[in-house]
Amino acid sequence: MLRYLLNKIALLIPTLVGITICAFAFVRLLPGDPILAMAGEHGVTPARYEELKQQFGYNLPIWEQYARYVGEVVTGDFGVSISSKRPVLEEFKTLFPATLELSFFAMIFAMIIGIPAGIFAAVKRGSWFDQSLMGTALVGYSMPIFWWGLLLIIFFSGYLGWTPVNGRIDLQYFFKPITGFMTVDTLIYGKWAAFRSVLRHLVLPTIVLGTIPLAVIARQTRSAMLEVLGEDYVRTARAKGLSSARVIGVHALRNALIPVVTTIGLQVSTLLAGAILTETIFSWPGIGRWMVESISKRDYVVVQSGLLLIALVVMAVNLIVDVLYAVINPRIRAA
Amino acid sequence: MKKTMTFAAALLAASVLSGMASAKTLVYCSEASPANFDPGTTTGGNDFDASSRTVYSRLVEFKHGGTEIEPGLADKWEISDDGLVYTFHLHPGVKFQTTDYFKPTRDLNADDVVFSFDRQFNKENPWNGDKYLPNLTWDYYTGMDMPKYVAKWEKVDDLTVKLTLTEPNAPMLANLGMDFASIVSKEYADQLQKDGKMADFSTKPVGTGPFQFVDYQLDSVIRYAANPDYFKGKEKIDDLVFAITPDATARIQKVLAGECDIAPYPNPADIATIKANKDVTLMDQAGLNIGYMSYNTTIPPLDKPEVRHALNQAIDREALIKSLFQDAGATPAENLIPPTMWSWDKDVKTDAYNPDEAKKVLEAAGLKEIQLWAADRVRPYNPNFQRAAELIQADWAKVGVKADIVNYEWTKYREEGKKKDRPGAFQIGWTGDNGDPDNFFATLFACSAIGVSNYSSWCDKDFEDLIQKAKKTSDQAERTKLYEQAQVIFAKEAPAFLLAHSQVYSVVRNNVTGYKMDPLGIHRFDGVDKAE
Repeated sequence: MLRYLLNKIALLIPTLVGITICAFAFVRLLPGDPILAMAGEHGVTPARYEELKQQFGYNLPIWEQYARYVGEVVTGDFGVSISSKRPVLEEFKTLFPATLELSFFAMIFAMIIGIPAGIFAAVKRGSWFDQSLMGTALVGYSMPIFWWGLLLIIFFSGYLGWTPVNGRIDLQYFFKPITGFMTVDTLIYGKWAAFRSVLRHLVLPTIVLGTIPLAVIARQTRSAMLEVLGEDYVRTARAKGLSSARVIGVHALRNALIPVVTTIGLQVSTLLAGAILTETIFSWPGIGRWMVESISKRDYVVVQSGLLLIALVVMAVNLIVDVLYAVINPRIRAA
Repeated sequence: MKKTMTFAAALLAASVLSGMASAKTLVYCSEASPANFDPGTTTGGNDFDASSRTVYSRLVEFKHGGTEIEPGLADKWEISDDGLVYTFHLHPGVKFQTTDYFKPTRDLNADDVVFSFDRQFNKENPWNGDKYLPNLTWDYYTGMDMPKYVAKWEKVDDLTVKLTLTEPNAPMLANLGMDFASIVSKEYADQLQKDGKMADFSTKPVGTGPFQFVDYQLDSVIRYAANPDYFKGKEKIDDLVFAITPDATARIQKVLAGECDIAPYPNPADIATIKANKDVTLMDQAGLNIGYMSYNTTIPPLDKPEVRHALNQAIDREALIKSLFQDAGATPAENLIPPTMWSWDKDVKTDAYNPDEAKKVLEAAGLKEIQLWAADRVRPYNPNFQRAAELIQADWAKVGVKADIVNYEWTKYREEGKKKDRPGAFQIGWTGDNGDPDNFFATLFACSAIGVSNYSSWCDKDFEDLIQKAKKTSDQAERTKLYEQAQVIFAKEAPAFLLAHSQVYSVVRNNVTGYKMDPLGIHRFDGVDKAE
């Protein structure tokens, strides 16, 4: 197991180097000059432009800029935002809990609906339920997040008035964050009304962000379940006279869940990508919105370090999934 | 057990208190997060709304809802006859805000004023560079040419400050009403420097403005409380909250749902919905802006005014404006400056639609092909450069001119567009900074702006003489005459096609009173009240 883990970690190093190169290169390949973006519509004289270029180090050869960047990242210095002048790592740490909290709820939502729906569709294969579930899953998977989010806001918040339009909590509640997770912080402070407000604010963004993973998980569970239901050991279990619930719940599901766990792990990157749009629509102060705003401001430092930090999170989650996978499926470790 | 009970009671009390609505809270749904709270270091309108217009005051202020200058921290001022020396007399007894991170021990004095400007240009000042914040560029201070015009700031006594200029510059007073000219506390700066916490100056602001900073949750909520010591009297609302809501549709939904009291910049597509709602009012104002299209006047045949006039005449401007601005509407521009600005000459008119006449002139000039530039951004003065380009292209095709549309990303677009030898017609625009006509005429069409923001590369001696003379004259009546003459020359020479001055909108709930739209595009909450 330890060897398996070390192997996986060793593989992360070239990935990490690749990511630093990509983050560095992509940002520079973006059209638009960060200095002109900063100067705004006043424009900037050629002399002042050169002065600023020097100040920000953009006059250095590209490899030197890269070497500088990697050198800083290795020592844990992710730079300072060009626009806010705050350390990027500090901003990331402040905003990441919001994204994590939303992603967590979106994933729970996707799992508690997606897995049972997938199981049921597999068991009732070919039924109207199966057909309509798979159809709905396809629609869910293809839904443009931006449109879906606005539609829900206009209907549930605007027309029915059931949910708040956006934000994380009603503005009347005001306290210093402890963990950054509003659900946890409100409980620590013992503010029940605030806790309820947080949950109400989570409803729509959770649905929006969880829709694609829900569709993927439901489809994956169904196909894994179908595969397992045809296996000999399931037939044997049935032949032994076990109840249908026991055969499906214990014998089939445990084995069917193995590929589902991988799928769930892979959905973390989908969630982070979806967070970019979801957070923008719902004014959710997370890293998705932070990246969007930084790109439009041509804040090179935030974009490249933000990309790297997000990639690190995705890699860490994938590593955990790989380990979990090996724990549930011993054959992987041996391979 | 007793301790547990006390703790539970405290929790309950805290919970009850937190659940209680604040005395009188005004919620503004702002469009973006502020970069920071030091207006000297930022450039965005949303940055200024959150800092300079709430927390800070300036020596002089723009009249609420207008562009005229009125006293601010300076009760009065004198300008020497040669226009070189400005003497400001400060209002006595102005207090800096008392917060949980700073307790002022003295009132505002001349040291604060001198420090507020000195830090923006003096490289020796520790607050000018990296010791305070990394990569500071003081964009507005340099952008408004302050280093060129300011010779020195001096303290005469505690309540008198003297500004000496290098040459007369009439727009200086308007510059001093701008956000970058907000007056900060030297005492607070000294305290932070001593404590080694200089960066806090940009995150925990202290000013003399109507509201004092309470808290900022990054990218989410900014909270302010009315400044009890505000020198113009405490505000009627107790708490001001900025709920940061970047998406325009969500912002409007929040106002309609009563989650916000005021929200700026609705989507044009939402205007009809807003107008139909009886709980809110759609406020509008002609923006202090201009959308235009610069011809490069140095490249034949665009160097001939008659060709430029003919290209203007070929465009059906009314249809173009209708298609671009839709329900939001816009005022067709007759002049470079908008009608709300002093010195606007109502008698000056731009070219009327006349494709037949245009065709004759363009055929005679042999103009068959032209580059037509379009950026990828939505700007207040032009919501869709590409659509505008396509409509103009169709109009020009009717008079026998084939337009090739050139597209670039926004910053690259301006970089390419400002080049002296850039060919063709370049769509651009401008939003005024300080309500002074110089901020339009000189910024956009002075000879010295060629290669920076004079996209027409137009340098007309008569026009230049007039605007430079107007810059050096303090007498507004005389300046008005000079700018009127400049407008006549502009209309005759037609270095650009003038499109429109767009309308700016805000949505306000009906129980809010005293809110005024501002031509400068800023959002101010002093004087605003809210009925329960």
